[in-house]
Amino acid sequence: MQETLKAFRIQSRVIGALLLREVITRYGRHNIGFMWLFAEPMLFTLGVTALWSLAGMHHNSPLPIVAFAVTGYSSVLLWRNMPGKLVCAIEPNLSLMYHRQVKIIDIFLSRLALEAVGATVSFIVLSALWVSLGLMKLPEDVLKVLFGWFMLAWFGASLAIFLGALSGRSELVDKLWHPASYILFPLSGAAYMVDWLPKAAQEAVLYLPMVHGVEILRDGYFGAVVKTHYDVTYMAAWCLGLTVLGLAQVRVVSRMVTPE
Amino acid sequence: MIEIHNLSKLYPLAGGYRTVLDNLNFTISPGEKIGILGRNGAGKSTLIRILSGAEQPTSGSVKRSMSLSWPLAFGGAFQGSLTGLDNLKFICRIYGMPYQDKIAYVQEFTELGKYLREPVKTYSSGMRARLAFAISMAIEFDCFLIDEIISVGDARFHAKCQHELFEKRAERSFIIVSHEAHNIREHCTKACVLHQGKLHEFSDVDTAYTWYQGVTA
Repeated sequence: MQETLKAFRIQSRVIGALLLREVITRYGRHNIGFMWLFAEPMLFTLGVTALWSLAGMHHNSPLPIVAFAVTGYSSVLLWRNMPGKLVCAIEPNLSLMYHRQVKIIDIFLSRLALEAVGATVSFIVLSALWVSLGLMKLPEDVLKVLFGWFMLAWFGASLAIFLGALSGRSELVDKLWHPASYILFPLSGAAYMVDWLPKAAQEAVLYLPMVHGVEILRDGYFGAVVKTHYDVTYMAAWCLGLTVLGLAQVRVVSRMVTPE
Repeated sequence: MIEIHNLSKLYPLAGGYRTVLDNLNFTISPGEKIGILGRNGAGKSTLIRILSGAEQPTSGSVKRSMSLSWPLAFGGAFQGSLTGLDNLKFICRIYGMPYQDKIAYVQEFTELGKYLREPVKTYSSGMRARLAFAISMAIEFDCFLIDEIISVGDARFHAKCQHELFEKRAERSFIIVSHEAHNIREHCTKACVLHQGKLHEFSDVDTAYTWYQGVTA
């Protein structure tokens, strides 16, 4: 117990130090510095909201376009950026592993924490902004929104750890992830509601775990205005499976790395 | 004490494995200064990395009951966009030490002046070496792992490093790996030769050196 507590303290220390380091290397000290962590996803979401409004996507549904775009694109940023940041995260940090307390999982967790915080703050700030301007209403069920957000974060993090560890063994992962993430974007539920699709298509897209997360989020946000389709157990099973596989792969790769 | 039991390391190679370290057994007591001689590619750096815990052995164990440094290499692996001070802060944070009272020491040793607050990518190789060494000395250890003694920097820098490491910290343990005997003769009380995956221990440096010359000639 004492040992575990000590290990936990060391690990939190290392992750904290890696976080600060990552923030400075990624955003620097110039202009708004670490605020880019939130500004970057906010700009993305703003751009997509503008495009979707102009494209008239809302003709399909009585849903307010701004709330639809913000919930959709924020969730994509949440689950898709995590794997993006962990694929090939090992190699540039090999020199840090000269210090025995710095492990691959620490590098992964610090990057995941940054992505999660960035996406979450941008989601909250953007929503607050639109609500205060009267372009968006407050969510119907905040707890359900939080739950959907948590599930998407869990999915993103577990997929990221799995792919991040695999990318330490083969470059193929990096090459395949980029096309895969582009193809998954339109399928992920960000730009449609499952209910709009024909029955056969509904069944097909519901095989994708992130679709369930986006549906939970929108169920919480819009309440009874929309009809949503999701299965929490199905999505949780995916996340749990990916978490176990991912952690196992991290163990394998940890034994294989050679610090430079 | 550091105890090494049945330590082996194999690296995958096209069509098989290469045994770099083959079943090593030895111990390092507090205050002991061990030099390990070996040719390029003999596995010296691998051994140092495994002792430090940066790399895992294929089999066997390393038991550490005194604090052990990271492998001090004097080139220094730094993130170019971070400043010297950022690098110092990072190291202090992961070792759980306050960095505030280390700044003056690092400032003085490195003679970096204002450059301490500039990105490392603007440094010359000598500046990097001084920073790497000063940061290594900012955290205290019972045993230091040294991979090839100071091959960079000028005479003045060498003298300063010697003073910091071997005079001010004379009571600590050292494990020094090198392919040159004079480094080891100067600082070590005991010498070993790493040859074809096996570690051969000798009671004095000269016997070790004669044997080393014999097998590598």
